[in-house]
Amino acid sequence: MNKIANRAVMCEVLKEAAAKDKDVVVLCSDSRGSASLTSFADTYPDQFVEVGIAEQNLVSIAAGLASCGKKAYAASPASFITTRSYEQCKVDCAYSGTNVKLIGISGGVSYGALGMTHHSAQDIAAMSAIPGMRVYLPSDRHQTRKLFGDLLKDNQTAYIRLGRNPVEDVYEENNIPFEMNKATVLAEGADVLLVACGEMVKPIQDAAKMLNEQGISTGALDMYCVKPLDKEGLLKAAHGKKQVVTVEEHAPFGGLGSMVAQVISANDPKRVINLALPDSPVITGTSQEVFDYYGLNAAGIVNTVKKALEG
Amino acid sequence: MNALKVKAYDLRQDVLDIIVSGGGGHIGGDMSSMEIMLTLYSRMNVSPENQNDPDRDRFVLSKGHCVETLYAVLADKGFLDVEEVKAQFSKFGSAYIGHPHNTLPGIEMNSGSLGHGLSVCVGMALAGKMDRRNYRVYTLMGDGELAEGSVWEGAMAAGHYKLDNLCAVIDRNHLQISGNTEDVMAHHDLHARFAAFDWHVIDVADGNDVDQLNAAFDEAEQTKGKPTLIIANTVKGKGASIMENKASWHHHLPNAEEYAAISRELKERKEALLHE
Repeated sequence: MNKIANRAVMCEVLKEAAAKDKDVVVLCSDSRGSASLTSFADTYPDQFVEVGIAEQNLVSIAAGLASCGKKAYAASPASFITTRSYEQCKVDCAYSGTNVKLIGISGGVSYGALGMTHHSAQDIAAMSAIPGMRVYLPSDRHQTRKLFGDLLKDNQTAYIRLGRNPVEDVYEENNIPFEMNKATVLAEGADVLLVACGEMVKPIQDAAKMLNEQGISTGALDMYCVKPLDKEGLLKAAHGKKQVVTVEEHAPFGGLGSMVAQVISANDPKRVINLALPDSPVITGTSQEVFDYYGLNAAGIVNTVKKALEG
Repeated sequence: MNALKVKAYDLRQDVLDIIVSGGGGHIGGDMSSMEIMLTLYSRMNVSPENQNDPDRDRFVLSKGHCVETLYAVLADKGFLDVEEVKAQFSKFGSAYIGHPHNTLPGIEMNSGSLGHGLSVCVGMALAGKMDRRNYRVYTLMGDGELAEGSVWEGAMAAGHYKLDNLCAVIDRNHLQISGNTEDVMAHHDLHARFAAFDWHVIDVADGNDVDQLNAAFDEAEQTKGKPTLIIANTVKGKGASIMENKASWHHHLPNAEEYAAISRELKERKEALLHE
């Protein structure tokens, strides 16, 4: 089992970038520890801004820095940076066109028993609804490194959700297919297509393997780029399939499932099933306990697919 | 006689024309903030020629609804064509919308939702410190705007980081859309409130007086180790008696008769200045 969290990889990449580019700046809202950015702050104190527990200020200050040429990376728990600072993300980042990368750490239900205040199950819907805002949920540490490498090269705003805990590798160290804003094909199959983002990618990868072993030909797609959604890649992968199943660590409305269904229904209509968190505060537990309870694991996905094929 | 004082009345006529042409605008705050923006732009190191220079001074209109005055002042500085603004303001497909938008020359950041400008300016001022540049950063807020909690987040950060390259101005006209600011949400001693956040605070008795404003901006420039707040005590609707100190003129659209009365009084006040 991999022991390196995606957020730790982000810190490594940003430190490497900061060493070469004084315009790379990181901002935290008393969140440097949660974001694994303490070592960035210690190594590059002149390129680090602490704003205290003030997430709206965090985002606006980042936008001001960016308007003066800085590459601003603002990191705060996903629940706060997206919904508490929503207007600052909309106005100061997207609308004003500033190069602020909004890092939502401990996304989804990472905070487990801390409850709904700390869960971000609305972030994909909220951030995707902002014109000009891109939304990325990398699936493992290798993809996180590739994604941040590319984000450092562009000058537009984006929201990136990272989980709190280390997740199992989806990709192998020497084989990390990655193209910016293009979904990654994890498995090919003729009958069923599984689509996921973030921490739900590993479960669909495992589920596809199990289904293929059981004779159900299943493809799997890592849609880390929820916005801009890779429509072309999605339609190509969905072509000829009997059904599409989406899986996400998000509320059932307005997230990956809604967007995939929108594209499929308009272009190549077929059954699309959305697996997501419920429209209610989630049950108390660790991320894995919560996923297992709601069937957001490989076994749950396999069951859903088989039931749907029978029905 | 100060040419800027006279110009303030010419630009008020432009603002009136822009609002009437566009069928709406925030005339009360536009008129109260005229001398503040005009004086600032007469001092700031920013022009159409250096608008992309990293060393230019920056201004963010946090009370974005007073964009009509910003348009008039930017046009006077050569950033915009005032006749084009008058012809197109708020019209279908126009670039001249009712709040600042940075696709237009001379506008740094988009605003309109209150309580953003100060924090954005904190970021700009921090960038200046990081890069050891000498530019100054200014923002203009309304007094009603100060009820937004984010203002105080920005104020706290500016004091904490000792941003002496940052100067905020409050257009203290004592009125907001629902009435007197002290009735809507009292500010009590604004001077003490900002001083408690480690700001240097300057009270300008007449915030519609160019000389008093210039003295305050001089003092702000000379203040080291702290951001400066200028509380500019202004008159909402300044320029014509029918709209002065009247909350109902926050975004009142003058009818033909009112337009004529305001134009006439603006001209009279300008003439009086010329004969001083």
